[in-house]
Amino acid sequence: MSHLYYNAAPQETRVAKPRKAPRSYPTHKPTHIYLYGTCVVDLFFPEAGMDAIHLLEREGIQVNFPQAQSCCGQPAYTSGYSQQAKDVARSQLALFTENWPVVVCSGSCAGMFREHYPDLFKDEPETLTQVNALAERTYELSEFLLKVCKVELIDQGEATQVALHTSCSARREMNTHLHARELLNQLAQVERLDHDHESECCGFGGTFSVRMPDISGAMVADKTQALQASGAQQVVSADCGCLLNINGAFEKQNIPLLGQHLASFLWQRTQAKQEPNT
Amino acid sequence: MSSQRIPTLDVTAQKLKSNARLSLKDQQLRTNMRSAMDSLISKRLISMPDEDERENLRELGNKIKARALSQLPDLLEQLESNLTKQGIQVHWASTTEEANAIVLNIAQARNAKQVIKGKSMVSEEMAMNEHLTEHGIEALESDMGEYIIQLDNEKPTHIIMPAIHKNAQQVGKLFESRLALPYTDDVDSLIQSARSILREKFFQADIGISGVNFAVAETGTLLLVENEGNGRMSTSVPPVHIAVTGIEKVVANLQDTVPLLSLLTRSALGQGITTYVNMISAPRQPDELDGPEEVHLVLLDNGRSQAFADSELRQTLNCIRCGACMNHCPVYTRIGGQAYGTVYPGPIGKIISPHLLGLENTPDHPSASSLCGACGEVCPVKIPIPALLRRLREENVKSPKQQPQIMAGQGSRYSAKERLLWKGWQYFNSQPLLYKTGTFLATRLGKFTPNKLGPWTQNHSAPKPAKHSLHELAKKHLEKKS
Repeated sequence: MSHLYYNAAPQETRVAKPRKAPRSYPTHKPTHIYLYGTCVVDLFFPEAGMDAIHLLEREGIQVNFPQAQSCCGQPAYTSGYSQQAKDVARSQLALFTENWPVVVCSGSCAGMFREHYPDLFKDEPETLTQVNALAERTYELSEFLLKVCKVELIDQGEATQVALHTSCSARREMNTHLHARELLNQLAQVERLDHDHESECCGFGGTFSVRMPDISGAMVADKTQALQASGAQQVVSADCGCLLNINGAFEKQNIPLLGQHLASFLWQRTQAKQEPNT
Repeated sequence: MSSQRIPTLDVTAQKLKSNARLSLKDQQLRTNMRSAMDSLISKRLISMPDEDERENLRELGNKIKARALSQLPDLLEQLESNLTKQGIQVHWASTTEEANAIVLNIAQARNAKQVIKGKSMVSEEMAMNEHLTEHGIEALESDMGEYIIQLDNEKPTHIIMPAIHKNAQQVGKLFESRLALPYTDDVDSLIQSARSILREKFFQADIGISGVNFAVAETGTLLLVENEGNGRMSTSVPPVHIAVTGIEKVVANLQDTVPLLSLLTRSALGQGITTYVNMISAPRQPDELDGPEEVHLVLLDNGRSQAFADSELRQTLNCIRCGACMNHCPVYTRIGGQAYGTVYPGPIGKIISPHLLGLENTPDHPSASSLCGACGEVCPVKIPIPALLRRLREENVKSPKQQPQIMAGQGSRYSAKERLLWKGWQYFNSQPLLYKTGTFLATRLGKFTPNKLGPWTQNHSAPKPAKHSLHELAKKHLEKKS
């Protein structure tokens, strides 16, 4: 007799989340947006945040940068400290009082807002309404430029070849990994080169990179070698977490390449030649 | 009866980090694994080219398994009752020790000396070969991959392809040294040599052992897929057949197995269907000429009911053991299966092994992932593997005393110091003034960043904070504009 399996209290059995329908986008460009810089951009790639502001302002949008922003909470969340993540998330939720789109400079932090905040606050129905509303109006920068602003970029730069690294969050959570490609394709003088195992993770994974440095190191070494072997002169990515990892490894391995945030690359390519980048 | 619990595996499971370090240095392993996994990835995609069809099928697979799990106790009883009616003896084991004792009793009652095995991961969980050998019974693997690693005294590196980490040259050398065969690296000749040895063994064996892919409750059918014919031989030639399986393999009816089979074989090997699909529902009948006289089914729990008891963790039991998650995993591809030190390696291994062995014996498994999501994206039954890994991290850093106790070994990575650090992080990031002061200081003192920053600088140069934070730059820019 099966006497073993009645100990478990009967529970609702979970069915997988249904496949996401393609996202629908507002038909009009908004007048105002909030920019969420992310903590990595704040400290290590502030120019990427500024170039995002320039690109958005060029579209006639008024950019608001809430000065009380810090971190989306992802490091604690993925490390298993959801209470700590939740507290930080709550302070970020309070930033976006107006019903403006929130544009995020990184796929993984945008994914945190859209995919994981609803999980964090699933037991707080009142906050959950606010969280779901935030998820609805959160966009990753490249997605926002392409799908909401419908930018038409005019390339002003010299001919060059770039390799694009897409983050796993952009690919699997935000479904925005093709947007950066499309933006690069608008640039007449830029050739995008594929690299080996392009869809594979760079090995960052937040605290994974310091908890499991051997495995993470093997992953980033393969990534940097593939990027170098592509023959590209420049590396571009829309996620500064990956860039922190990839650039640090380039430097450690003396590979003469440096990854740049997509925003900086796009802004530099599309300014008139007489004004060099600021 | 042995009271030990797979001691060798427990010990190495504790050492995932150092095992991984060693495996990463094995260039032959890295090359073999990369090319094998690349080939499996492309085979799967070729066999499931239409995204809509693939995604609909995965959703169906998920719902079938979720439905089966929601009725698990009832389905298990229905299975038991139907199998018993048809003459198959059903045994329940809550631990691997109990399962081994059951198998040994059956073997000793028949005075068995030789056992031939089709592929079974549950028998690996039980360390059945070691247990039978201790009691003077020879257990021989007949699946080609299992046969190869048994010859080399190794553990399977993959749940579908146990010897995938070896190339033909390595197998040729192994056969040369262990079987005294002339060296060849021709795969067909190697397989032919092994087959002719195994053929004799099938006829000598007193008992055949197999796993089960799906146990069908409504019809009392044990369904088993395989490509080599060894599964059919193991289950039909010896006078006794013992099937061993986990309790989560039960499904409601035969109809449910159709989409699951299609998902299983395409996700695993890119095959539309396997060469053999065995459906076993009774021992030899009086008017039949062949088949075993006795058929037994051993249903093993071994920690599965712990996963079952939590609605989120229960999804772990959706698994149909296709191996697609490991094929697509950047960590598994680099370290190989043996570094995990657990019977089930790769992403599924990281979420199921803590239930089988306790978190205290698998403390690093939930953390050995960048949460890239490649596994969840291909899982044929849509197990949210990254979310479950995250959940296990949560259980792993909980205070060991915190109630309710959801998992054995809860809090095995609990550290008051680390918890305090995260509390500090939380305070820092939820106090805007503190955050701005902190980043201001970091930017101004950035040039004093030490060149060595713990594990980070093992792979990277030390990161230098920018001279001005985005907060400062944006404020200046936006104030100037207005």
